[in-house]
Amino acid sequence: MISGAEIMVKCLEEEGVSVAFGYPGAAICPFYDFLYRSSIRHILVRQEQNAAHAANGYARSSGKPGVCIATSGPGATNLITGIATAYMDSVPLVAITGQVSSELLGRDVFQEADITGACEPFTKHSYLVKDPAELPRIFKEAFHIASTGRPGPVLIDVPVDVQQAQVRSFVYPEKAEIIGYKPRTEGHAMQIKKALKAIEEAKRPILCCGGGVVLAGAREEMKAFAKASGIPVCATMMGIGVIPMDSPYYLGMIGMHGRTTANKAMQNADLVILCGARVGDRAVSAPRQMAEKARIIHIDIDPAEIGKNIPVDIPIVGDIRIVLEKMAEQVKNTVPQEWLDKVFAYKAEALLRGEPREDSVEPRVFIRDLSAMMEENAILVADVGQNQIWCARNFNVKEGRFLTSGGLGTMGYSVPAALGAKLAKPHRQVVAVCGDGSFQMCMCELGTMCQHDIPVKVIVMENQRLGMVREIQDRLYQGHHIATHLEGNPDFAALGRAYGIRAEEAWSNQQAKALAREMLDSREPFLLVCHVDPDVPTL
Amino acid sequence: MKYTLSVLVENQPGVLSKVSGLFSRRGFNIDSLAVGVTENPSISRMTIVVNGNEYIVEQVEKQLNKIIPVVKVKVLQPGAFISAELAMIKVSCSPKQRVEIVNIAELMGARIVDVTPTSLTLQSSDTTERTLTLLDLLHPYGIKEICRTGSIALEKGADPTRKA
Repeated sequence: MISGAEIMVKCLEEEGVSVAFGYPGAAICPFYDFLYRSSIRHILVRQEQNAAHAANGYARSSGKPGVCIATSGPGATNLITGIATAYMDSVPLVAITGQVSSELLGRDVFQEADITGACEPFTKHSYLVKDPAELPRIFKEAFHIASTGRPGPVLIDVPVDVQQAQVRSFVYPEKAEIIGYKPRTEGHAMQIKKALKAIEEAKRPILCCGGGVVLAGAREEMKAFAKASGIPVCATMMGIGVIPMDSPYYLGMIGMHGRTTANKAMQNADLVILCGARVGDRAVSAPRQMAEKARIIHIDIDPAEIGKNIPVDIPIVGDIRIVLEKMAEQVKNTVPQEWLDKVFAYKAEALLRGEPREDSVEPRVFIRDLSAMMEENAILVADVGQNQIWCARNFNVKEGRFLTSGGLGTMGYSVPAALGAKLAKPHRQVVAVCGDGSFQMCMCELGTMCQHDIPVKVIVMENQRLGMVREIQDRLYQGHHIATHLEGNPDFAALGRAYGIRAEEAWSNQQAKALAREMLDSREPFLLVCHVDPDVPTL
Repeated sequence: MKYTLSVLVENQPGVLSKVSGLFSRRGFNIDSLAVGVTENPSISRMTIVVNGNEYIVEQVEKQLNKIIPVVKVKVLQPGAFISAELAMIKVSCSPKQRVEIVNIAELMGARIVDVTPTSLTLQSSDTTERTLTLLDLLHPYGIKEICRTGSIALEKGADPTRKA
């Protein structure tokens, strides 16, 4: 005989899970009791939301689904923001929650929450397990669903009595059989042919990389296609890093906080090739206008994305890696020189902003300095707010990764996600950049860093403001600053030291650069507080 | 414009809430939704009538397809399907009016399923259009209560929706 809890742990082992992030409670104790006997490394976070963010960072860095665990009730509801963050950025996650005993379901007992119901809009799929014999099938399906097609979070809610119940034996299914779930990966040959013809006819084509390219692991294919076709490339925030910023054919990030160069090129194009980009409002503010001026080719693995936010002329449903590979084989470079001259003239106009300062750290200059110092395959995790845009516009991702909460825009993402990324890639440099607002949403995770000895580097841009909201207040609300000043900040460096973490403060760019060098050379966790002038703008 | 969708789903707990939740959170308007088991006991068919335009119905179809227990979604083409709904209508009726109402029922192919000294209850299974006509005809007598199932629909001919 074997218990449901033991089956759950065995399922994780069968899936090759080596790290899980979680926070225990009464309703998940039977599971933890078997985790105790397993070789799976459990990382105890300081708040459940951060377990989901850490699993998110782990998943995006490793390419495998991240696993997070919480107890019933408040443990589970704390996970929600993390699950929603993963959903919006299509990150494969398997979230496991304990639940009150089956016979008490629906009676509002202690620590009961209808978590499958609450997470309905933010999960790719969810299960409330009623029978322990179903656990192997459910786990197999959950990992399959989370990681295939358009990835996303899957929730498994397991009542405590199901964890305790005994079943005869454990057999892990070889594969998941779900009749209603068969993601299409090969692009339709006819559509690819049409797309190639449109490319040949285009006078002003442009490629737009979204997060889907990164998720599909199609960076090389995208580079090859861009090279073969000669089409200039821009990216959404989630597509940053597919093409290095210093590539001759790369124009930069589009959107509200993007580069004018890239936006101008998008607006003047007569053919836009969207690759795994869902045309969110922050990336393309007037999609209909764009579609009136240009033909649109949209490549995406999720058919529901096609035509959702922008009318599309040539849809291609499939795995971007496969589709781009096929297209690269056949595409010819027919881009008129005139268009390239025009586009690159836009690029030449784009100046890097900010000058090094002596009285405070100029964040845009500092991010460029940091970028130059970091290894080619480094992982930069940006939080949300001004710090995110400073990073997105000034950090050059070469072979590494740029991780951020692009879809949901969740403050407090960076530190836990960086923890997860470091565990997935222990030999790479992993740096989290956050503001003083976002840092205070996740600074409890310094404890996790210390306890589990995870040498993540954290940079806090301290300007005592919720800078981005403050800018909105300046622009649209006559400068009425309400609730955007952060007086009452602690001495962050002293806080770091209280955890036993080396912490330094920088008051100028020169100092920041020198400290960043020390930080990158150190093998320990490191907290670098940069004092930033609150008047430095986002762009 | 109204669109009729035929949706085959795996018969498991929570699937109805997944489908109805999708409609509310994406802002789609649902006219009616009827569910029942099919010839395969593990599969149910939902007939959903949606009010909207082409863009909306395309989005509904695609988003429904993303729900894991949804096996197949088909937007039924006008004229290519048969549909009906069951309606029960309790109408005020004095003994003098009984003959008139029975006439209406006969005319519209409805059955009388309950009679009291002050009311008649009619049961009709017909297209939504004819159900509405029946309601119009009964309106002058005073309708006390109505219960309607919403449309169910099947494609005409030998090519069933089941085929993938």
